[in-house]
Amino acid sequence: MALLEISGVSKNFGAVSAVDRVSLSVEQGELFALLGPSGCGKTTLLRLIAGFERPDRGRIAIDGGDVTDVPPYRRPVNMMFQSYALFPHLDVVGNVAFGLKQEGMARGRREARVAEMLALVQMSDYARRRPHELSGGQKQRVALARALAKMPKLLLLDEPLAALDRKLREETRLELIGIQERVGTSFVFVTHDQEEALGMASRIAVMDKGRVAQIGSAAEIYERPRSRFVADFVGAVNLFDGVLAAGFNAVALKVPGLEAPIALLAEAELPEGGEAALAVRPEKLRLSPGRPEGIAIAATVEGINYQGGVSVVHLVAASGHALKAQMASAAATSFERGMPVWASWDPADGVVLAR
Amino acid sequence: MSRRITAFRAAALTLGFGFLYLPIALLVAYSFNASRLVAVWGGWSLHWYGALAGDDKFKDAALNSLKIGVMAASLALVLGTCAGFVIERFTRFRGRLVFSFMLMAPLVVPEVILGLSLLLLFVASQAWLGWPPGRGIMTVTIAHATFGSCFVAVLVRAQLAGFDRILEEAALDLGARPLSVLWRVTLPGIRPALVSGWLLAFTLSLDDLVVASFVSGPSATTLPMAVYSSVRIGVTPEINALATVFLGAVIVLVALAFSLIARQERRRLAAG
Repeated sequence: MALLEISGVSKNFGAVSAVDRVSLSVEQGELFALLGPSGCGKTTLLRLIAGFERPDRGRIAIDGGDVTDVPPYRRPVNMMFQSYALFPHLDVVGNVAFGLKQEGMARGRREARVAEMLALVQMSDYARRRPHELSGGQKQRVALARALAKMPKLLLLDEPLAALDRKLREETRLELIGIQERVGTSFVFVTHDQEEALGMASRIAVMDKGRVAQIGSAAEIYERPRSRFVADFVGAVNLFDGVLAAGFNAVALKVPGLEAPIALLAEAELPEGGEAALAVRPEKLRLSPGRPEGIAIAATVEGINYQGGVSVVHLVAASGHALKAQMASAAATSFERGMPVWASWDPADGVVLAR
Repeated sequence: MSRRITAFRAAALTLGFGFLYLPIALLVAYSFNASRLVAVWGGWSLHWYGALAGDDKFKDAALNSLKIGVMAASLALVLGTCAGFVIERFTRFRGRLVFSFMLMAPLVVPEVILGLSLLLLFVASQAWLGWPPGRGIMTVTIAHATFGSCFVAVLVRAQLAGFDRILEEAALDLGARPLSVLWRVTLPGIRPALVSGWLLAFTLSLDDLVVASFVSGPSATTLPMAVYSSVRIGVTPEINALATVFLGAVIVLVALAFSLIARQERRRLAAG
């Protein structure tokens, strides 16, 4: 039995369909990410799980119990808000103890639990501070402690790291994973940052226009995207749109502008004549001055983007496609602007996306 | 903007503040006048404060005013807060616009009309329902609460508009029932409006002469009524002493309210 079971949930705001027939399940102890661009419905889905919104259709079950019609104050979930939503009139202890007081927990146990939670997020020294006396990172910790204090079966986090600066974000990411492992609670977090989702989540649901585009582990989502949207949204990618055609001994993709069709390693049956796209990650693209065997696209170097350890070489193909190749910075020094090169890749590294 | 004090600026400042505060300063000074005549200086004396302390008429009136002020302000706080919530939070109901306009109306309706209409209401109500039993402290309190609640509603509404509703969701999420959310999160969040609303209603009640004159009975003379009626006979320095005491009390109250609101506001800004 999954801890969280969402089946066929839809939510409309007026004419806008925010969440459209979403079904997914989250297991005990998972760190699950809802990833998507802004407006894809991920936050609405989180609010549906928390109980702030009621679905127009579908059911939501937590730990086997249907909670679709249960108000937020009776759901065994807690949420960490993007703005943290700390109560300004209460100090750190008051904030963390708030949920426990509502539960009617005895004073002694409550104080022990608050101390334990503050120790967990390393905020014990700030117990008597008010929210306005805390930095962004400290507020985030208090918000986490407050949400975990009631020991929910499921913790929801709305863009947990968005309000932090870059360096702090990376530290906090690791801490969140550590805390999640220690408390063993399932986390469901919303993010628009693919790096965050790939780096933290055990599984990711990529959302687009209110629907789930793909659910899988970080590696599955990145290596084997199932749609053009997922390939494009998660990480950088080179995309070739074309029409499927019969090749010598396999299906090939006829891309307008390219001389030869690209031979595909077809895993599934692809309908001849159907539209499809081929996705190749920038780090899989190889550049060489001479024409290599197999797939090869003539291109010109447009510029080199140095990013420290790695560099991204931007190319324009003779067909007009803009391409990106990522490589170690040392390797990138052999290319320069205006140089003609051949781009190629191992057919196994190309992912076919039917449309 | 230059910060230099020129002769013109200094003169403007002096004239402006002089216009505002010179009469009050004179009043305070003359309250220590030993002379019987208000406008003739006869040397320093606390005589009139002694006379004031022994004057039951003013003491009773002041007590009445305080009683009415506290009760009316408290009643106005409850009613005005409810009204403020209805306008700000229950956004979709028929006649909301009319309701909010009608709530503002007593702020601009002339006091004479307000007083007269309330008097008519009380008389009619007594004739048909037998309540209120007569005109006195009760009727003045109700009348003052009526217009006081309008001011409270305006303040509460404005502060609610700026209140972050995410905090209420956070409280719900932590297991607080809606009523508990109201008590533990929303009302503490709009406390500055509640405090200043109460103080404003209290001050208005303390200050009111016209409405009270209409709806009050013989048993409930308020301080402004007592002052007004004694001034009609003739101004004595005793009135000056009374006014000075009053002024002192009001200054302390207002300073208290301001510092409270300013502190809350600073905290809110820092938190935001």
